[in-house]
Parts: sequence; structure tokens; C-alpha cells
Amino acid sequence: MGTPLINLDNISYQYEQTKALIDINLTIAEGDFLAIIGPNGSGKSTLLKIILGLLKPTKGEVLLFGKPATQFKDKERIGYVSQKSNSFNTGFPATVTEVVRSGLVKKTGLFHRYPANVAKQVKQALKSVGMDEFSMKNIGDLSGGQQQRVFIARALISNPNVLILDEPTVGVDSKNVKSFYNMLSHLNREHNITIVLVTHDVDAVSKSISHVACLNQRIHFHGFKNEMDQMSDEQLEAWYGHAVRKVDHQSEVKS
Amino acid sequence: MIESILQYEFLQNAFASGLIIGFIAPLLGVFIVVRRLSLIADALSHVTLAGIAGSLYLSQSVGALALLNPLYLGIVASVTGSLFIERLRRLYKHYEELAIPIIMSAGLGFGAIFISLAEGFSSDLFSYLFGSVSAVSRQDLWIIIGIALIVIVFLSLFFKELFVLSFDEEYAKASGIPAKWIHVLFMIVTALVIAGSMRIVGILLVSSLMTLPVAAAMRISKSFKQAILLSLLFGELSVIVGLVSAFYLDLAPGGTIVVTSIIILLLTIFSKKIGSKGAVSE
Repeated sequence: MGTPLINLDNISYQYEQTKALIDINLTIAEGDFLAIIGPNGSGKSTLLKIILGLLKPTKGEVLLFGKPATQFKDKERIGYVSQKSNSFNTGFPATVTEVVRSGLVKKTGLFHRYPANVAKQVKQALKSVGMDEFSMKNIGDLSGGQQQRVFIARALISNPNVLILDEPTVGVDSKNVKSFYNMLSHLNREHNITIVLVTHDVDAVSKSISHVACLNQRIHFHGFKNEMDQMSDEQLEAWYGHAVRKVDHQSEVKS
Repeated sequence: MIESILQYEFLQNAFASGLIIGFIAPLLGVFIVVRRLSLIADALSHVTLAGIAGSLYLSQSVGALALLNPLYLGIVASVTGSLFIERLRRLYKHYEELAIPIIMSAGLGFGAIFISLAEGFSSDLFSYLFGSVSAVSRQDLWIIIGIALIVIVFLSLFFKELFVLSFDEEYAKASGIPAKWIHVLFMIVTALVIAGSMRIVGILLVSSLMTLPVAAAMRISKSFKQAILLSLLFGELSVIVGLVSAFYLDLAPGGTIVVTSIIILLLTIFSKKIGSKGAVSE
């Protein structure tokens, strides 16, 4: 196991009357490619928001790079790609370069201008996601998959150690989902970027990830992805909240 | 026209302040439009009306305040209104837009009371509602220069943070940008610009100078930088054409400036339509 980068210690979170997360203990180590999966309303996005400091846990503590999240100042070490459809106005008059450059905002700091070599950094970030030819395009003119790549480039430009993605393939057509996950695998393996993503897309992501966390208010499983098959029917039922029948796609195809 | 400007101080004041407002209103307006806050500018202009009407009433009824520049109370009302809007937006978290009609009605309500309490400032009030070429004093010009300096300093310091906040607020917060404070400062600066602009454009039309040039620029801009430069160009063009025609035709400059902005907007809409038809037929 690599060095722990993110530690969630007994985290609970409550939205007014609704309990969203209960006693979550989770460690994400350097080099992990972790998919957090679970049914709708299981608290996946809430968990990401707590890691990012967008929500304060009702109980428990978050450690980022060994420091309590409230004292952690190097935000540029954690890149974030939000759910495109929720947070981005497609009519915004901005080029891909302007969007990617804005990823340096925290690293540059308040009252400072972007560094002189910003154009080079933008080019490099776009190259790493295969979008360097689109630098002068308007962001709204790109397809959903291309926009998500640009947002990853925006997160990568500050050289983060961890990349956090919230449902990154929402709005991406199925043809491009596979190449999108291949690109994330490449970033994880070749650039040693720890990746944490929330998804519904269990099948599409399964080839790329190293670890899985099954969440439904509580963590019902966390471990290597190949160990997930060993989850008992009781564990699966507790995770989904109703009876679940396991289907082996491989054997179906064989038969 | 140039001879008249050189000869008369009121024209120097009007054109100098017009050119400054033609620059700062669309400059800030770009952020107002992309952050979908256009209606907030309208609400603030109505709150400014309450401040102006209150000041005009006080200057009539309290002898010591007879020489008080109504712009000061207008600024106070506008800034207070901006802070109230923020408070209400947080209070009605799921119905943020409610803050706009609440503040707008409050502004108009207080304005109407002060107007009916005082009698005999109808010509003054008309110039505040629709702007005036002759009403801008040297003191007003200095206030507008001061506001312009505040806008330029604010945007120079927070330009990149405002871009991120405008484009993707959640990402901005996750990046650790002090979004709340920058937004409050942004609202205060917006309130200052609205109060400063109303001498030329008038309270009822001030928000249009912040939105119409930007709406035209956004039709044809590919980048944020281009949107800003074109907004400034359209803003200045509207002010210059509007002020000159107001002077020669003896009209309220607020009206002529806004109509010029509308003509520019229509031209950009049609030019884009013609451009896209040309591209299709090719």
C-alpha cells in the first residue's frame, strides 16, 4: 500500500433530517484508482464534497496528506472535475485555453498574475488529455466528452497528486466513455496520479480501476476490485438496500 | 460640438463622466451577465432611487443638508441594498431569485414615499430617472472618477478569481477561492457603479448599460477576452452617440444611450444570422 493521501476517520453527515453518511472510514493511498459506487442517494457526491472541503462533516475528521482538512492549504494538490452538467454554463464565452488556464488560480494565489510560462503549461495539460488541437475553440462548441477532457486538463495544470471526479461520464456518449477511462488509466499509471471517482458506470470503469468502495450511507466494501466478487449476498443486499441476484456475464456469454 | 465641450463646463463633465461610465459599466457588466446577475443590477438601481429621493427630500426639509449631493445617499442605499440582496439570497437558499423582487419593491416603495413627502423636485427627479447632459457637476465627476478607480483596482486584483467563479462556482469553491468574500465585494462594487452611472444614464436605465453592450458582444465573441473588449467598444460607442444625439436633439441621454445600445445589439444579431446563412450557402 502506498502512502495514505486521504483519510476519512469515522465521518458522518446529515442533511437536516436525512442521514447521508454514517461512520465512514476510508483510506485512499498514493497510486490508487478508486471508484466509489452505489445506488442513487447513497451519499457518493456528499462524500466527495466532504473530501474537497465543500461540506463540513457532522462528525469525524478528514485528513489530507496527513493534515486535518481544515488546516490543509495546498488545495492545488487535489484536482477536481465536477459533474459537467451541473456546474457549467455552455453559453459562456471562453476558449479552451482560458478555461484550462483558470486551473492555476489557486497555485498562482490572490493578487498575483498567472506565471509567464502559462501558455506552455496549458499546452502540456491539453496534450496530456489529447486536446491540444482544440486550444482556441469555444468551450461550448465541444462535445460532452471533449469538454470533460478539457476540465481534466484544467485540474491537471496545477500538477495535482490526486484527481477527484464526480460522475465524469454523465453527458458523454457511450462510444467515448471507453477512451475516456483509458485516458484516466494512463494518467494513473504513467503520471502516478491517484484517482478517485464516483460513478454509476460500474461495467465501463471496472477495467481501469484498482480499488472499489461500495457506498450506501455506510461503506459496505472497500478493497481491490477483484475482491469485490467475494461479497456475500448479505453484504450485497445491505449495500443496495434490497435483495440482489448476482449474474455472471462471462458465463452467460459462454453458455 | 467639440467647441461647445471646450466652452461649457457642464458638457465637459457630462462627456468625461459618460466616457468613464461607458468603460466601467460594461467592464463589470461582463461578469454580471455571465454570472446571471443582470436583474440584480435592476433591483439595485431601484434602491438607489430610494436613496436619491430620500436625499432630495432631506435637503428640502433639513436646512443643514440643503447642499448635500444626492449621489452620496444614493451610493449608501445602493451598497446597503447589495448587502441585503446577499443576505436574502442566503436566507431563501432554494429561491434565491426572490431577493430581487423583494429589494426592488422595497426600493420603489421607499422612493415613492419620499417623492410624495416632498414636493417640487420633479425636474431634478426626472434627470435622475432618465439621465441628463446638463446635470453632471464637477463634484459628480470626481465621485465617478473615484468609483472608476475602485472598479479598476478590484478587477485587477480579482480578475482570475472572478473568471473561475463566473465559469464554475463549485470548482472555484473546491479550489479554495474565498468565493463568499469576493462575491460580497463584487456586489458592493456593482452597487457603486450603478449609483455612479445614474447621473448620465438615469436610475431606470442604468442596468442596461451594464447588460446591452455585453449581450451584443457575447453574440460574436469566441473568447472571454474578446467579449470584454467588444463590450467596452459597444459601451463607449453607445455613450458617445447617445450623448451627442441627446445634446443636439435635447433628449434625455439615458434614452438615447440605451436606444443606441439596442441598435448595436440588433446589428450583431442580424450580422451573425447573415454570417451563418452565408456559411451554409457556401
